[in-house]
Amino acid sequence: MTLTQERIVLGAADAVLSVRNLETYYGPIMAIRGVSLDVRDGQIVTVLGANGAGKTTLLKTISGVMEPEKGEILYNGRDIAGAEPDEVVRAGIVHVPEGREVFPLLTVEENLAMGAYTRRDAASVRDDQEMVFSYFPILKERRRQAAGTLSGGQQQMLAIGRGLMARPKLMLLDEPSLGLSPLLVSEIFDIIGRLNREQKVTMMLVEQNAVVALDVADYGYVMELGRIVMADEAQRLLESKDVQEFYLGVKEETQRGQKRWKQKKTWR
Amino acid sequence: MDVLQLVVSGLANGCVYGLIALGFVLIYKATEAVNFAQGDFMMLGAFVCLGLTNAQFLGLPFWLAAPLAILIMGAFGYGLEVVVIRRMFGQPQVAVVILTIALGFVLRFVAGLIWGNQPVSLESPIAGRDVRFGGVVLGLDEVMVISVTVLLTVLLYFYFNRTRLGVAMQAASQNQLAAYYMGIPVKRLNSLVWALSGMVAAVAGILFASKGSIEPSIGLLGIKAFAAAVIGGFGSLPGALLGGIIIGLIEPFSARYIAAGYSQVMAYLLLFLILVFRPHGILAQIHSKKV
Repeated sequence: MTLTQERIVLGAADAVLSVRNLETYYGPIMAIRGVSLDVRDGQIVTVLGANGAGKTTLLKTISGVMEPEKGEILYNGRDIAGAEPDEVVRAGIVHVPEGREVFPLLTVEENLAMGAYTRRDAASVRDDQEMVFSYFPILKERRRQAAGTLSGGQQQMLAIGRGLMARPKLMLLDEPSLGLSPLLVSEIFDIIGRLNREQKVTMMLVEQNAVVALDVADYGYVMELGRIVMADEAQRLLESKDVQEFYLGVKEETQRGQKRWKQKKTWR
Repeated sequence: MDVLQLVVSGLANGCVYGLIALGFVLIYKATEAVNFAQGDFMMLGAFVCLGLTNAQFLGLPFWLAAPLAILIMGAFGYGLEVVVIRRMFGQPQVAVVILTIALGFVLRFVAGLIWGNQPVSLESPIAGRDVRFGGVVLGLDEVMVISVTVLLTVLLYFYFNRTRLGVAMQAASQNQLAAYYMGIPVKRLNSLVWALSGMVAAVAGILFASKGSIEPSIGLLGIKAFAAAVIGGFGSLPGALLGGIIIGLIEPFSARYIAAGYSQVMAYLLLFLILVFRPHGILAQIHSKKV
């Protein structure tokens, strides 16, 4: 048994979400090629990877929007692979999609109300709306405004807030940094960290921006072409030569000030 | 006086067109498919009510038959979505369009088999009575059509803006994928939208039938209503009603003041002009996504 396998088996005990040997197809194309990973309770786990690595497909398969061909998605020990999206939301997993995807003609308040669609407890839904407004005060200011008229950063805040309205135990965040200015990215990641600590929301965070993601995350996976190729504590990934070379753009320089050969990936 | 009567009868016709157009737009907004059988839904609604209330058939009282017919058409729309339309998921939209055109033929044929192809009249308490406002005499049927349409519009407005289900329908039509992510049962909502447009069509049919005789081919009014929906801006509910009313008003006035050969063309001429100069319709609801 190798070291990584051992770690996964140990991790499964306190994992809210354990994905095992998941395979998902986009038509004839195999987008997820046997992925296994664990998300532990209370942690922020990030999945890094380039465009087309299968990160979004992985999230879509977990949230039930796409059906897996094979494999298990254990959520608190229950297999939710192939469940309908509304069952998954009811079970406590909410997906905050890539590119915001708000309801453009509905107001901010109506968008938030739609986040709570699966809930019946009107009183605590109102409390949660106040909670969302306390994290994103700008949304309170714009509560009667159509979501389509918000700026990109505000729409991202609305998408996260709308997700929170479902009272999730696990939040799947798909590239919250996409298309935002560095200042906004750090603001939003700050709030993501606070939500994790203060509201006890476990997060599975898919990102291309490895620096901000590893900074806020506890654990990280690196995905390439539908497979997990690295898995480690976020801090150790941040320090690893491979991640620095391929995701952080750090180049090792020789005394002559240039590189002499191209670094080879160690996992292929 | 003359003009006022033209306006009222134009409005009454326009309301019927508007209600059929509303059915087109409801389904288009939710599923991006055009239900070309919408006019035939209206026809079927009228005949179901006629079958329930006319002495020759079941002979139920009108005030019981009308809501019953509306419910039956709602169930019909719901069932149609579940049994037929849902299977077309993932097929090109043309397939759904052709399917609904064929469905229209089938409905006209079936209605002809059951209720005959001769013009028949709905035995409704509204038909053939007058109301007086001061010195003006108006047909009760026309006043009824207009007031029921206004009432229905207000109800639909509240439904879509104040109820959870209505807002969810709006949400699903604006961004279906995001609706899935929020756990909104999009498939069931689509069935409900078909049910709703069946019910609206039944109301249109009953109102139309209380203004005159009906036969299975009145389903072809759907084409005019389609033009109304396009004029108003396909995808806008108030636009659909507005488009219907515009067409309804153009008809009696052009029949009155323009030579017979040309008057029937006026509605389509307007459609043509709108498509050239305001291709998204009068009340276009366009939103471009921010990236």
